[in-house]
Amino acid sequence: MQSNSKVLLINHEKCTGCRLCEQVCAVRHHGASNPSRSRIRVMKWEMEGLYVPVSCQQCQDAPCLNGCPVSAISRNEALNRVEVDYDLCIGCRTCVSVCPFGAMHYNAIDRQVAKCDLCEGDPQCVRFCDVKAIEYTDGGDVSIEKKRAAALRLSTVKKQAMALEQHTA
Amino acid sequence: MALDRKIAYINLTTGDIEIKPIPMEVRKKFLGGRGLDAYLLYNHTKKGCDPLGPDNALIISGGILCATLASATARTHVMAKSPLTGLLGSCNMGGFFAPEMAWAGFHHLVIKGKAKKPSYIYINNGNIEIRDAANIWGKTVTDTQWAIHDELNDKEVKSLVIGPAGENLVAFANVMTGVKNAGGRTGMGAVMGSKNLKAVSCRGTMDVKIAHPVEALEYNKKFIEQITGAKVSQTQGTLGTPFIWGATNSWGGVRTENFRYNQLEYADDIEPERIDEIATETMGPYHMAGCFGCQVHCRAQYKIPSGKYKGKYDEGPEYTSQGAFGAEVGCRSAETVLAGNHLVDQFGMDNLETGSIISWAMECFEEGLITKDQTDGIDLRFGNDEAVLEMIERICYRKGWLGDVLAKGGIPASKDIGKNSFDYLIQVKGMNNLHSDERATPALALNIATSSRGSDHLRSRPAIDLYHLPEKVLRKIYSTPVPYDGPLSSEHTEYVGKPWQVFWQENCYMAVDSLGICKYHTTFLGATLPNFENWPKVLYLNTGIEMTPEEIWQVARRNNMIERMFNLREGATRNDPEKGDVLNHRYHDEPCKRGAIDVIGRYIIKEKFDKMVDEFYEHKGLDKNGIPKKSTLKELGLENEPSHLL
Repeated sequence: MQSNSKVLLINHEKCTGCRLCEQVCAVRHHGASNPSRSRIRVMKWEMEGLYVPVSCQQCQDAPCLNGCPVSAISRNEALNRVEVDYDLCIGCRTCVSVCPFGAMHYNAIDRQVAKCDLCEGDPQCVRFCDVKAIEYTDGGDVSIEKKRAAALRLSTVKKQAMALEQHTA
Repeated sequence: MALDRKIAYINLTTGDIEIKPIPMEVRKKFLGGRGLDAYLLYNHTKKGCDPLGPDNALIISGGILCATLASATARTHVMAKSPLTGLLGSCNMGGFFAPEMAWAGFHHLVIKGKAKKPSYIYINNGNIEIRDAANIWGKTVTDTQWAIHDELNDKEVKSLVIGPAGENLVAFANVMTGVKNAGGRTGMGAVMGSKNLKAVSCRGTMDVKIAHPVEALEYNKKFIEQITGAKVSQTQGTLGTPFIWGATNSWGGVRTENFRYNQLEYADDIEPERIDEIATETMGPYHMAGCFGCQVHCRAQYKIPSGKYKGKYDEGPEYTSQGAFGAEVGCRSAETVLAGNHLVDQFGMDNLETGSIISWAMECFEEGLITKDQTDGIDLRFGNDEAVLEMIERICYRKGWLGDVLAKGGIPASKDIGKNSFDYLIQVKGMNNLHSDERATPALALNIATSSRGSDHLRSRPAIDLYHLPEKVLRKIYSTPVPYDGPLSSEHTEYVGKPWQVFWQENCYMAVDSLGICKYHTTFLGATLPNFENWPKVLYLNTGIEMTPEEIWQVARRNNMIERMFNLREGATRNDPEKGDVLNHRYHDEPCKRGAIDVIGRYIIKEKFDKMVDEFYEHKGLDKNGIPKKSTLKELGLENEPSHLL
């Protein structure tokens, strides 16, 4: 199997807070609309207009994987994801407590932990997010846009400094 | 399953709570949301009940598709007898409340009685509790919601609340959720206040099972693409509804200085692009927000850029605020529009009614019908920005003689002010008109005159009438799902064919309101958006109910008929100036003074207008007096109302 380096890239600034990602995640995995089943959740600070989708980062050195006492969590290189083997999982929720993002979810209805499985390579949250606050993109590219934005800021500052120098000279 | 969501009857006087399933027979007859609310209101109130008394029924609901995968199934509907009009009270809002109520197990709540002390209702996964609201009474709209979060120690709780305006029984107080999602018009907030009910809070983790999840997911994708693919949705998603204000003001469809003019000149500071600029400056390039599941995201976020309220966060403004605190009151400042919008959001009162009633008071003041003594010295002239903001606060807290009088609503206020002040009041059925001026658009004039909740654009407005679409396109839209071969005109100043368009839109909007979808996802602002032909599939995939487009059309007609029956029961007659399907005389007597070449000089010709009303009644199956014919009631299965199915 070929390894895959695609990752889920969240740009919270673009998020409109509509929570369609939560809805399609729950329907895709459970056939029901119910955010408490969704593996992606939008955290909100409503008086600041701040909406931040939170999901699994599929960490390289994943605390959930490291902490699992029965080795039910493993890395799937083909999909570049961390996954749970429910035949082995004992439901102790150690993974929930060690995840630094709160992205390992505990579904109280089925009494089972749950996490993003990237919908087997076609993440529905990405597919439905019209504003592209969530993207599924090659890992090598995740920072290129940030680099570009930083470079632009830098060059703008430089130009301003030069203009100032000329002005004061 | 959406269909296993229940109805709860809550009596705040006795504390009794009864929970019942909603039978399939009722679903198929009324669907849910506004339609079923109308049925419940007709059945659970008696003729002549006091709108602010314990016998009025406050009904809160989500549509039948609420929280399902049908794109923007976010709408909350609230109905009761209106303290503003004495007729049907009804409001509909977006946000996240109704879906949370569905996840908590309910589609409809019928609340009667009056709590002994300030209270709120907490619904959590099928359990309903009436709780003490002593600590939150008096708080503003957002503070109330966060206080409830703290008290319940749960930030996921969604609340429908009233602000100080609702507590003070302002006749046009709103119910609100989130920062600015407003159930406006007809004073449903005052009904809540009269019941000592500060909030209804919901939290739910119960599955809303989707009947055919895989297909529903796929169809929803197409459905969304049809919506977001429309140019009008993209514009909405960039500028929000202010774009409508910009467009209508440019050709002369905006009520200015109450009703003196039909266009606000030199309005650069409140044009949509300027509002967008402020949102960008204060909130960054991505400042649009969406309601539950919606990809149109028409709600801007902003901070007030300057002045007394500098730095305050809010959402919107909707185009109605540009009208209410801009054109209508003759103001031209973004700061005033944004601050006014912020105040009404925090107080929980209707921006349309507030702006409209202040503008009416301004005209009365300039005409000498209100004296400076009565305003406590405020120079209530058009264009006085400070006076506008001051009056908003005075109305909310009923401060001063005029603040208290205006808080009663237009018609009672006109009786207190006396003289010929009523002549200046731009209202239908006791509810003031929004900021639009319909003198050049007979279809829109017919819409506001015949709307079931008074002067209103959201019940039957054929907005696409303004686009001059080719007749072929109009015919395609307006002859589905039932055939129509009468005349249709692309010309917005025409009278022919308009009654059918208004009738068709009335059914279209009732259908979305009963399904629980947003109007921006149907034939309202965009001619290519989904309607009757698309809904059966959405309904089937999400709920399993099989209905044809024609059957949904019939449900909409039935639901609209119950609303009319309610108004008739409360004494509405066709030509009653306070309760009838009539316009203020100024629509007929004062021609437009400004605007585009085909707008200047226009007014609504009374004889032609009356003929439109006759024809509209015929389409609906009413007699010349606007009373349903026996055969119509039989056809719609309403001959035995109240039938108490639920």
